[in-house]
Amino acid sequence: MTRGRVARTLTYLSLVVASVVVLLPLLVVLLTSLKSEKEMANDSGALQLPDDLLNLDNYVTAFQDGRMLSAFGNTAFILLFSVTGTVIIGSMAAYAIDRYTFRFRKLVVALFLVATLVPGVTTQVATFQIVDSFGMFDSRWAPIALYMGTDIVSIYIFLQFVRSIPISLDESARLDGANAFTIYRKIILPLLKPAIATVVIVKGITVYNDFYIPFLYMPSEDLGVISTSLFRFKGPFGAHWETIAAGAILVIMPTLIVFLFLQRYIYNGFTRGATK
Amino acid sequence: MTDTTEKAARPEEAAPAARTARARVPRRLRLRRGLTPWLFLAAPLVLLITFTYAPVANMVAYSFTDWDGVSPELSYTGADNYVELFTRPELFEVFFVSGYYLAASVIQIVVALYFATVLSFNVRFRNFFKGILFFPYLINGVAIGFVFLYFFQDGGTLDSVLSLFGVHSDRAWLGTPVSANVSLAGVSVWRYMGLNFVLFLGAVQSIPGELYEAAELDGANRWHQFRYIIAPGIRPVLSLTVILSISGSLSAFEVPFIMTGGATGTETFVIQTVKLAFQFNKTGLASAAAVVLLLIILAVTWVQRRLVPDDKVDLV
Repeated sequence: MTRGRVARTLTYLSLVVASVVVLLPLLVVLLTSLKSEKEMANDSGALQLPDDLLNLDNYVTAFQDGRMLSAFGNTAFILLFSVTGTVIIGSMAAYAIDRYTFRFRKLVVALFLVATLVPGVTTQVATFQIVDSFGMFDSRWAPIALYMGTDIVSIYIFLQFVRSIPISLDESARLDGANAFTIYRKIILPLLKPAIATVVIVKGITVYNDFYIPFLYMPSEDLGVISTSLFRFKGPFGAHWETIAAGAILVIMPTLIVFLFLQRYIYNGFTRGATK
Repeated sequence: MTDTTEKAARPEEAAPAARTARARVPRRLRLRRGLTPWLFLAAPLVLLITFTYAPVANMVAYSFTDWDGVSPELSYTGADNYVELFTRPELFEVFFVSGYYLAASVIQIVVALYFATVLSFNVRFRNFFKGILFFPYLINGVAIGFVFLYFFQDGGTLDSVLSLFGVHSDRAWLGTPVSANVSLAGVSVWRYMGLNFVLFLGAVQSIPGELYEAAELDGANRWHQFRYIIAPGIRPVLSLTVILSISGSLSAFEVPFIMTGGATGTETFVIQTVKLAFQFNKTGLASAAAVVLLLIILAVTWVQRRLVPDDKVDLV
């Protein structure tokens, strides 16, 4: 019995240690973001509490001088188009692949399958030339096109759901005179709601956090998304850790809020997304 | 018209019935019906080919040239880029950096497995711990980079914490190649462990509970349960995680790029490729590097598929 108790204690101990390891770096940054420039200069230790817990000056500086408003705007614009596009494209592909038997169907499926094996980072050198030749370089359309075009995971998620919708529904609609597009629009799409929620969440988080693509394809300063704008803090705010910390917290906050509200869906989404 | 058995049939099984029906459909309608799936597939396929297959094909072509990415002229140089890649030691060194990330991902998988096992049983505050362990995966990479730059600073958080335990190590954690790479690999464990954990947790929870009860009746302890029930039960996810970890280690980019920019021996393969292509305008050489990386990743995936066939788990 005592052995069981020791094991239990050790289990909880390991969980608490892991939580501290996760939370401590974030907490310290939160504390730093509330310290004044003077406090930082006086070399208050990293673990010391700030004098004024409600000092939000750094957030104002980060938000204004760091051009976070336009960054959030650009991110929202890209999010809206790429997530909507991914949903439409993914669900259409899944509908066609699952509901029709046509020539080269196997080939099409294989094309989507093999593409999952090609990691995006490796092909960027050549993708860049293609994006450039379309004249999309340094515009918000470059990331949008890339996010829409390379998302194979969402096609799989939709495929799984389309499979679970009974074909009899399509057939009875067809008897009522509906054409393929009406069936897709009026029957399949509404029944795909749970899958759409999953894709929107997974894709949304990925796009919100992505750094690589906006960094390569949108170098102009007024096209900064949140990750590239935050990255630029490195220059002007160089040693002003209190401002950088405030910027980081500003970027993390929306994720935290979304996470707290949608926890269950987020777990499901990632499990489904990764294991197909 | 259709009976209930046909309603449930999958399209593949229903195909013969459809074929006999097709014979009665007029030609024009048949043509339209053959065209319909392509209308739905047009946009996805165009995007797929433009942004995945065309780049791969171009990349292979560029890798045999000396193109700088801008000028209209480029000349065919045969395998020169590949020879350069494998003979210039400084270009090859980046592979050793991947070793750190590879070692880190072993630790990451073990830790994730441990927590997935622990949290799949009845533990107080289970959802709370689950949330904390997963959350880092959702945080923006740049924010993580800054958080840890601050964390590893001279006299920063890590040093302060260590001094609480009586270890006084005022040192620049990112100052020497070994400690910098270890620190960066540590950050990537911090960042990605949660994803592995959640994937494992999902797999563990899909194992029917009666199995544990039966095992307990047979006198199995926790280790036995893990060894004989959980481990085989999550094998598919585990093998997927292994490929993702290997390809992730080889293509590590964000954390080292944001934190050190590749300084002090922390340059990874992707940082080098991006620099070659976009700073030094060596598109040809960069393409060759990317082709090598792609081939390695494809080889790893192929080996993995060979070793662990993608079949159903033979548990029950």
